[in-house]
Amino acid sequence: MNDMTHKGLDLATQTAKISASGVQVHYGTNHALKDVDVTILDRTVTAFIGPSGCGKSTFLRCLNRMNDTVASCRVSGQILLEGEDIYDRRVDPVQLRAKVGMVFQKPNPFPKSIYDNVAYGPKIHGMTRNKAELDAIVEASLRKAALWNEVKDRLDATGTGLSGGQQQRLCIARAIATSPEVLLMDEPCSALDPIATAQVEELIDELRHQYSVVIVTHSMQQAARVSQKTAFFHLGNLVEFGETGAIFTNPKDTRTEAYITGRIG
Amino acid sequence: MSVFLLLVVIAVLSVAGFVLCRQRALKSVDGNIRRLHSLPGYYGWFGFILASIPALLALALWLIIQPLVIERQLSSFFPAEMIEDPSARTLLFADVRRVAAGLDTAVAQGAMSEDQAERVRTEFGSVRDRLAAVGVALGAEVTPAVLAAAQEYREMARVGVIGRSILTLILSVAGLVFAIRATGPDFRARNRVEQVVLALLILSSTIAILTTVGIVLSMLSESLRFFTMYPAADFFFNLTWSPNFRGNSELGLIPLLWGTLYISLISMLVSVPIGLFAAIYLAEYASNRVRSVVKPLIEVIAGIPTVVFGLFALVTVGPLLRDYFAQPFGLGNSGSSVMTAGIVIGILNIPFISSLADDIINAVPQSMRDGSLGLGATKSETIKKVVLPAALPGIMGAVLMAASRAIGETMIVTMGAGAAARLDLNPFEAMTTITVKIVSQLTGDTEFNSPETLVAFALGMSLFVITLGLNILALWIVRKYREQYE
Repeated sequence: MNDMTHKGLDLATQTAKISASGVQVHYGTNHALKDVDVTILDRTVTAFIGPSGCGKSTFLRCLNRMNDTVASCRVSGQILLEGEDIYDRRVDPVQLRAKVGMVFQKPNPFPKSIYDNVAYGPKIHGMTRNKAELDAIVEASLRKAALWNEVKDRLDATGTGLSGGQQQRLCIARAIATSPEVLLMDEPCSALDPIATAQVEELIDELRHQYSVVIVTHSMQQAARVSQKTAFFHLGNLVEFGETGAIFTNPKDTRTEAYITGRIG
Repeated sequence: MSVFLLLVVIAVLSVAGFVLCRQRALKSVDGNIRRLHSLPGYYGWFGFILASIPALLALALWLIIQPLVIERQLSSFFPAEMIEDPSARTLLFADVRRVAAGLDTAVAQGAMSEDQAERVRTEFGSVRDRLAAVGVALGAEVTPAVLAAAQEYREMARVGVIGRSILTLILSVAGLVFAIRATGPDFRARNRVEQVVLALLILSSTIAILTTVGIVLSMLSESLRFFTMYPAADFFFNLTWSPNFRGNSELGLIPLLWGTLYISLISMLVSVPIGLFAAIYLAEYASNRVRSVVKPLIEVIAGIPTVVFGLFALVTVGPLLRDYFAQPFGLGNSGSSVMTAGIVIGILNIPFISSLADDIINAVPQSMRDGSLGLGATKSETIKKVVLPAALPGIMGAVLMAASRAIGETMIVTMGAGAAARLDLNPFEAMTTITVKIVSQLTGDTEFNSPETLVAFALGMSLFVITLGLNILALWIVRKYREQYE
């Protein structure tokens, strides 16, 4: 927790990428998320922290409508992506998810080659006209994910044969290959060892220059290391949202203070 | 003592073994179970096992060996040339046993005394008539040699029964006594019982393997006999199948193999797409309510006996295809055809494929689907590009197993495709398969000594090799392309 300043980035100049207001989520009769307002800035890493079951992953999955795949889930309220309501009837969730990419808790590369894993998104969205362009996208994505040097000689090898940390970076490369505007990461390091975690964190910091990143994490050190803005969720409520440095050094709410000092959780 | 009575006695001794050993174990530690090495029940089971298993094994062995020994002894009653031929020998000893059983019945009904049964001679009147009087029908008059052999048989069987009873009872009691003496606080009854269970498990798995080996060996020996009578090259390459029980048969495998493969191909063309699509719908799209109704309904098909499918082919599908397809297009006017059998076998295989494929698709982790959906793929793209490729090895395995079933199917082919061996491309012609010909070559009162009957074993062997090859291929594909999802 040595670097809690905002890494030379002036948050005031950033425009809002996603603004959510009054978001409620129900799973059947269970009220999982209560009246959440959050603004996600462009080119910023926003961390969601909070104890298990507090609704942070649920909220993350609202941002690209992955909750649509859960039959019992109902979402109300408003979520705007660059001023457009993503729950509007005219919005196709499939196209939304191409713009708002997602990296999951457990690395889930497809049982295909490394190349095909990365090329999957560009292929289904018809982003390239020929093989050369596709090659270029695959290489660029793997470079951005800091995986290129490790796999460039075995792009035909299966993606499931990589180590855990490599698999997660492959999933990140796969997500950024479709050129999303926002990257959602649901506890991306929870299945990784400390070295792989450090690599992924470094990568998140790199990605900040191009994308707006939202990361759900259980590690407060990680939130402090990688994020500029932090939101603390508790029992389905958004308790506190603000600059990371302020949240960790000078929390306004007693529950936030209790959580980050380890008294609730 | 009859076998049933022996079994009852062994059962009683075993239960006694359970009770006695358990009690002795408890008594040896004055009821303090914690000082025993094993729970009291294990001592009981040890007593039960020792009182039953050795005795039962001995009984089983005795029952197998006694007839062999008796037959060998009785051979001396007959001249060597009478028992040279194996089939004549079998018939002769069957006669001996029947006469012996007849004498037993006569004694049991009081028509003869035990003494008379032992001393009755063919010279003083017809034994056949006397036995017929007590309800034992014999085909021919009893010859002196057979009667003497039968009397000797009864004598030896009586001795055998006594020996059998004594041996098994001694073993059972000895096992019981040994178990009781072994029981004590330090005796590791639990480990012993678990050893016995392990042996039981190993035995069960070996029986399945040994049976397969036995089937192969018996078919192999008969097939080899066939090939000594009929040239192998003719069997494998002759294009005509026309068996003739008076000789001059042409026994070519090719027309039957063609019919088999043609019908299987059509059945796979029916069952693979329908089964696979049904599985995709059930696994990916159907709601839980629909799934819980549709899946069992599809599986009902699997419970229908194939002979009922045969009837369906015979009275419905066959005439339908003939009247609406074959005749209007001038493709023949046969009610039984390759198409009929193929379609009906295909329907039979739909639940097999859909059920297996459904399980395999469900086994693809949800995280794969999430990953694909999270990249902006539609549900259909996810299924086509991620789920199915991941499930493909398993699906291939299911398809090849279904192919084995189609190749081995007999009843539907008999009723739906006819019995005419023919090499033809027209799917509306009647053709036949290897399985049907195996049945028809062995039906009726035949002896296994002509190429016309022995060919059935060569056909069976060919079928076995084909399906074995398919199964090995299926296993190999599944192993080679099995994906590690983790």
